[in-house]
Amino acid sequence: MSSTTPTAPSVAPKPGTRTIRIRVKRCEGPGKPERWEEFTLQVSAGDGTNVIAALQRIAAKPVTVEGKNTIPVAWDSGCLEEVCGACTMVVNGKVRQSCSALMDTIAPNEGDVVTLEPMSKFPVIRDLVVDRSRVFHNLKRVKAWVPVDGTYDLGAGPKESPETQETRYVLSTCMSCGCCLEACPQFTKQENPETWDSAFLGAHAISQARLFNMHGTGKQLEKERLEALAGPGGVDDCGNAQNCVKVCPKRIPLTESIGAMGRAVTIHAVKKLFTLR
Amino acid sequence: MAVTGAQKRVIVVGGGLAGLAGTVRLVESGLKVDLFSVVPVKRSHSVCAQGGINACNEVARQQGYSEYEHFDETIYGGDFLADQHPVLEMANWAPKIIDLLDRMGVPFNRTSEGYRDLRLFGGSLFKRTHFAGATTGQQLLYAMDEQVRRHEAAGDVTKYEHWEFLSPIIHDGRCVGIVAQDIRTMQIRAFRAEAVVMATGGCGLIYGKSTNSVMCNGAAAARCYREGAYYANAEMIQVHPTAIPGADKLRLMSESARGEGGRVWVPAIKRADGTWGPHPRSGQDPKSIPDNERYYFLEEKYPKYGNIVPRDIATREIFDICVNQGMGVGNQNQVYLDLTHRDKDYLQRKLEGILEIYEKFVGEDPYTTPMRIFPAVHYSMGGLWTKFVKGTYNPPKPLPKHVSGKRAPINAEVGQGMAYGDPANAMTNIDGLYAFGEVNFAYHGANRLGANALLSCIFDGLFCGVGVANYVRDGAPSKAPSKDLPQGAYDGAVERETARMKKLISAVDLGKAADEATNPYVIGRELGVEMTEACTVVRTGPRLEQCLQRLGDLRARYNRLTLADAGGWTNQSLSYARALGDMLDLSDAVARGALERKESRGAHYRPDYKDRNDAEFMKTTLARRESDGSAHVEFIPIDASLVEPTARTYGKKDDSKPAPTPPTPGSTGVPSRPVPTTVGSGV
Ligand SMILES: Cc1cc2nc3c(=O)[nH]c(=O)nc-3n(C[C@H](O)[C@H](O)[C@H](O)COP(=O)(O)OP(=O)(O)OC[C@H]3O[C@@H](n4cnc5c(N)ncnc54)[C@H](O)[C@@H]3O)c2cc1C
Ligand code: SF4
Ligand code: SF4
Ligand code: FES
Repeated sequence: MSSTTPTAPSVAPKPGTRTIRIRVKRCEGPGKPERWEEFTLQVSAGDGTNVIAALQRIAAKPVTVEGKNTIPVAWDSGCLEEVCGACTMVVNGKVRQSCSALMDTIAPNEGDVVTLEPMSKFPVIRDLVVDRSRVFHNLKRVKAWVPVDGTYDLGAGPKESPETQETRYVLSTCMSCGCCLEACPQFTKQENPETWDSAFLGAHAISQARLFNMHGTGKQLEKERLEALAGPGGVDDCGNAQNCVKVCPKRIPLTESIGAMGRAVTIHAVKKLFTLR
Repeated sequence: MAVTGAQKRVIVVGGGLAGLAGTVRLVESGLKVDLFSVVPVKRSHSVCAQGGINACNEVARQQGYSEYEHFDETIYGGDFLADQHPVLEMANWAPKIIDLLDRMGVPFNRTSEGYRDLRLFGGSLFKRTHFAGATTGQQLLYAMDEQVRRHEAAGDVTKYEHWEFLSPIIHDGRCVGIVAQDIRTMQIRAFRAEAVVMATGGCGLIYGKSTNSVMCNGAAAARCYREGAYYANAEMIQVHPTAIPGADKLRLMSESARGEGGRVWVPAIKRADGTWGPHPRSGQDPKSIPDNERYYFLEEKYPKYGNIVPRDIATREIFDICVNQGMGVGNQNQVYLDLTHRDKDYLQRKLEGILEIYEKFVGEDPYTTPMRIFPAVHYSMGGLWTKFVKGTYNPPKPLPKHVSGKRAPINAEVGQGMAYGDPANAMTNIDGLYAFGEVNFAYHGANRLGANALLSCIFDGLFCGVGVANYVRDGAPSKAPSKDLPQGAYDGAVERETARMKKLISAVDLGKAADEATNPYVIGRELGVEMTEACTVVRTGPRLEQCLQRLGDLRARYNRLTLADAGGWTNQSLSYARALGDMLDLSDAVARGALERKESRGAHYRPDYKDRNDAEFMKTTLARRESDGSAHVEFIPIDASLVEPTARTYGKKDDSKPAPTPPTPGSTGVPSRPVPTTVGSGV
């Protein structure tokens, strides 16, 4: 064994580097004007450069295409493996996780341009960083949790068939990234948190309501969840455009969830009608 | 909600599994929690864990497994560096923790009858690893996140997301709050609390690229260390053999790829004397390399175990091939992990999730092209030093190593390992300052077993959380609540942090932003390269001394730093630059610990001191920070009163008959090993 340990490299450079352009929509803070800035970047096929690596390289040498020194771009990231949802932005016009956006795929040729914009349905904090608190707030609206009695030792949870587990598992991989909300024509930007409770919940929270209604103990809050889904901003606001399901990185069957919850809300309403009498 | 005098506040810094579990427990004890995290807690690094979580379970139990065996495996796997009582308590709690997660709705995989399914994982002969698809960590984190959201909706938890912890506030030797900064508005503020729990995770980022998330820079721990907390076993850093090299991160490639038949090889030419040498076309299309020019080095060196040798053997062999022999693919630090000989349908059924990650991030099809992999920094066994109070199980002398499947000497009762509810458990050397999860050094010794980390996080939260509540109720805070403490203690701390920030901002010079010598991102990159070269798989005295010197140079450059952003709004350059100083502190502790630990143990391998030396070094490495940022290191005794240390040979000598534990075949002169992982997803 040698006395030193080497650095893991990027994957082997294949011959042929290319220069690409990165166009970033910049904004110094809420209410500040937007502007575009452009950077050039050398990449080579197979070097694994993704949008985050590109932004990191720009931060280490923040010089625009005009040769002007500038402030490094602000962006969000976390896991860098498409499992936390932090890095979501609009890449070449499409909402997605930027950590999994490889230059070899999105800018394969010399001179290709990559545009980076923040999500448009959430208030911009700075550059590519947006405030998605509303996504988490909506989870409270549908009580997206199992009401356990506490963390005491009370034995196992309910038994579950593999089929139910498989269905729940997929729903439960939702990372609250907000892609489905960005793509949805019915989900509109709400600057003021006071309007959140009456604005459309979006596919994300509707699907989470379904997840918890499927669980043995989670069911106990089923009625309350259905009430929330029947109220303002509930399932009825969905225009069935199906954009959501197309952009979900976790391939969650969102339209199936919306359909299931729509039916459950109707049944719930009918039942209520009869029990009220 | 009415805030009564009885409702005291505790601060939890970090919303990964450990922080969230702790939060829930504290709220249940009647406390209010202020929860701080740089990212929304649901996006914490714990989401990355794939493989699973260990616990004794009924099926394994009826086959002879026990909580005690889980304890024994963990001590042995950690190469006898961990204090033993805390590990016993953790193993005893594991089954209860799984039940709880199950009640919270974690979609654990199921058997056809509807029970929780189990998989085999490194370090055990029994199936004791519970899993939820290929994203166990994500599923566990979400379950805890949902419970915390429930308490937040009820007004018992206040979240401070996008707030960065800057410093603990210590008054009269006791931690009474924190200073934190809103990383959007950049407001710096003090927060009072009766106790502070650090649950800020690991420090992979000091190595530049690792399998960790970008927040795992260790800065929060380093800030406690700067204020006088001890940092323990810093040098114990786990390197995982198979990760996917990437431009920004080294993504984990699970061992299950090897478990399902993956073959590790490099292009090479066999010489006349039977040895192998570099291949002239290495790096070109692997399919064009004929079979007799492929060097399956693990299979050749370890005929019996082949590609599924233990994790650290695989790691060292891959290093040897690339670094010493110059035979890495394309003369780069990478080797092939090849599944192309396997049936695609089969692979899809067994490995789809992880192969998808490879395809997504490398842009190559692993079903038809061999994957390229290399070892990567993965986990920090070291962390803030914490105390514990021994429980009720105290044999007159340590027992010999447990024989797998044999009856356990004790039943798993609460309180045998650690005294339940004792306020000292998981408390650092600073009163009222606690450490939970990866940032707590306590459980994994010199090497962590796969699927034990998630367990230790939740265990800390649930078990040690009770001690925190008791401390608040009966300890110093009951006599001198933080609300009665002088404002000056808080203002002073805010002023110090503001001054630190101003110093960094005064270094703003847009004209010099691109100057490599003083650009923080460049310094950070160089730090990562240096730490990876000197302090990972192979460590030698001279190289470590050189590393310490280079850390000094980097610090000198750091002190002349220039920033490109004076912004008073969401200034990420500032946050990064500030953390970089803390990363330098921690790096020094890692390198110095590695230098002074003159033996080989677990993840720490010194070719100049190849053997484990229990007499001198079966001890905790304790680092204290000197005023210049360098670490002062000493070794303190551990609690080894439950099991006798044994050499970790894993039946190395005898391959012919089935070994009681998975053997490490053939290799000589290599120090003791952790156990192989043959099945299961990433760890
Ligand atoms: C790829 C991968 C796979 C893994 N697989 C497994 C597995 O299968 N089984 C297993 O048992 N273990 C596994 N591990 C290890 C395990 O995931 C971690 O050890 C564990 O998740 C750590 O949890 P934590 O709660 O301690 O910290 P984290 O989850 O890292 O959370 C830290 C928290 O602290 C916050 N924070 C950090 N710094 C600050 C600051 N300055 N101010 C405010 N907040 C801050 C962060 O925002 C975050 O909320 C794996 C690790 C990796 C990298
Ligand atoms: S189906 Fe409904 S939720 Fe989905 S994008 Fe269309 S309107 Fe939005
Ligand atoms: S449903 Fe899909 S797109 Fe929507 S938030 Fe969840 S993971 Fe993102
Ligand atoms: S950084 Fe986590 S999804 Fe991209």
